[in-house]
Amino acid sequence: MSDPVSFGPDLAEVFGPSQSDGGPDLVQLLTPEGERVHHPEFDHDFSAEELRGLYRDMVLTRRIDVEATALQRHGELGIWAQLLGQEAAQIGAGRALRPQDYVFPTYREHGVAYCKGVDPLRLLGLFRGVDQGGWDPNENNFGLYTIVIGAQTLHATGYAMGMQRDGVVGTGDPDRDSAVIAHFGDGASSQGDVNEAFIFAASYNAPVVFFCQNNQWAISEPIERQTRIPLYQRALGFGFPGIRVDGNDVLATYAVTKAALQRAREGNGPSFVEAYTYRMGAHTTTDDPTRYRLNDELEHWKLKDPIERLKVYLRRNGLVDQQFFDDLDAEAKEMGHHLREGCKALPDPKPMDQFDYVFTEMTDEIAAQRDEFAAYLASFEGSHS
Amino acid sequence: MSTTQKITLAKGLNMGLRKAMEDDDKVLLMGEDVGKLGGVFRITDGLQKDFGEDRVIDSPLAESGIVGTAVGMALRGYRPVIEIQFDGFVYPAYDQIVCQVAKYTYRSQGKVKMPIVIRIPFGGGIGAVEHHSESPEAQFAHTPGLKVVACSNPVDGYWMIQQAIAHDDPVIFLEPKRQYHADKAELDETATPEPLFTSRVVRAGSDATVLAYGPTVKTALKAAEAAASEGRNLEVIDLRTLSPLDMAPVFESVRRTGRCVITHEAHVNLGMGAEVAARITEQCFYSLEAPVLRVGAFDMPYPPSRIEEEYLPDLDRVLDAVDRTFAF
Repeated sequence: MSDPVSFGPDLAEVFGPSQSDGGPDLVQLLTPEGERVHHPEFDHDFSAEELRGLYRDMVLTRRIDVEATALQRHGELGIWAQLLGQEAAQIGAGRALRPQDYVFPTYREHGVAYCKGVDPLRLLGLFRGVDQGGWDPNENNFGLYTIVIGAQTLHATGYAMGMQRDGVVGTGDPDRDSAVIAHFGDGASSQGDVNEAFIFAASYNAPVVFFCQNNQWAISEPIERQTRIPLYQRALGFGFPGIRVDGNDVLATYAVTKAALQRAREGNGPSFVEAYTYRMGAHTTTDDPTRYRLNDELEHWKLKDPIERLKVYLRRNGLVDQQFFDDLDAEAKEMGHHLREGCKALPDPKPMDQFDYVFTEMTDEIAAQRDEFAAYLASFEGSHS
Repeated sequence: MSTTQKITLAKGLNMGLRKAMEDDDKVLLMGEDVGKLGGVFRITDGLQKDFGEDRVIDSPLAESGIVGTAVGMALRGYRPVIEIQFDGFVYPAYDQIVCQVAKYTYRSQGKVKMPIVIRIPFGGGIGAVEHHSESPEAQFAHTPGLKVVACSNPVDGYWMIQQAIAHDDPVIFLEPKRQYHADKAELDETATPEPLFTSRVVRAGSDATVLAYGPTVKTALKAAEAAASEGRNLEVIDLRTLSPLDMAPVFESVRRTGRCVITHEAHVNLGMGAEVAARITEQCFYSLEAPVLRVGAFDMPYPPSRIEEEYLPDLDRVLDAVDRTFAF
């Protein structure tokens, strides 16, 4: 018998064993215990004000999520996609953006939307069923939520190609140079569209950051079902760098995303950021994670909570006082009130509204259907059956 | 100075694309082999040379990627014109077309426009291997949010492509590939074209109405010629727009003739003919002397090309259907 043909190195040897802790390449600036550590490449001198700001953003984002979840339980929303546990990944990425940068979200980027100035109330419309995206994408440079998994990564790449043609990449003017960030999850990394987006972005050197929140679960399917190697290592095969960052560390996520965006703005092309995090809640409010994952895992990740670690750091270093927490608590309550009252006041679309905006101008065909439907509805007027 | 010239459909489209690019620097072309090669059918011949690689973009070989990136470009204010190399290759982009391109304006309540043109060479009759001869128009006409048009001749090719590019909604633009390099026609660039979303009577007649679009317009005209030699006077209408349909000229015609045959290369089952027949029945019921008949593909995949002429509607099958409307 001859020796078996070698197809190259053993992947387990190359990529290492299971990396449930994030592995050796994980970029971290704040440990789960709230200890500030430094990284040779990705670091940032955070002012006390910046740190308090990031903390505030995460607390308010969690409040948006908790409030929306409660609204779903009360029957005010049909469904809600929860972000519990992913606050640092979203705020870190969201705060690294400049106003001229453009975001292409999934349907879970509530924290990023908040960073981009979208009123969180607007996010509820889709989930309440009163609209399919109630904000103007071009007002806040924040695209509509995208439910077909991964489709938006191609939109992001095309938008970035548009930026290249507009001459807003690599000019050296910080107010002009722009980039795009494409959000997606570990599940989406298996989609053809995401892989095509990688190829297009690499081919054209497009200024786009592919920001993957690996929250370990695609509904019930664990990350092992999507990939045999750490996701960030896929990037190299497409021809651009990939970095794994502790997605529960808002400081590291901010620093890494900022560097990736800057790289793109300067005309050095796409990169891939894998924010290693955990979906502490359900996929959506319709999901029941107890059917497919162990509570132990959740308990383990609770120890890595993105908000707690920054709170510990702020307190230990005397960067906050009780007044800060009291004020933030009041602000969070106000946010909750805004969402609760605002949600119930969101106007239902009218039956005749459904005919609008199929096209930029209504066609005669649709106008005829609208008129027919209006006449049908009118036929009930005055009847007292 | 003469302003007319004799051109093929390929030339008409090429000239139309060039004109659109000259008129609006937001117009971009993208597709597989559209650059140096000028496309496998040479429709974009010479355009990359004159407009540069930033505006005539050779894409990686991924149709969903082409359409998906076009969505992003449209969001950025561009007017992408995409070439799908062959009809049978559009399906990898189906999700992007149907879920993204078609719905963005609706979902954004009109805040976002999607001025994207998706050019698809369609239809058979060129002796090609499988996936190169298909007629997917009904799949797109069935999708709200898309407009679907089909040109049938060089002059329409020149005008319709410019109108589609200038239009603010997404347009599926179907080009009868077997006509690309076939008949020539006289183009007067100073003429005023008819609006894009209109059908047109291309041969007046009084005995029966034959409806066609894209490659079957020629078939229908030939059928009408043959019928005339037998003393039967057929009216032929080129539908040109499949979504929205422009039915007014059709209703007017059928009310006069009382008989209607529609022919297309696509499958008859749930094809454009079914919708057109239903609308005629709704609007012209008392004028009809016979049911509206459909002449199209049998409900099977496109066959090996050696027998495609037995599969495609031809002059005789159209005339046979006309005969049946008279025998009814």
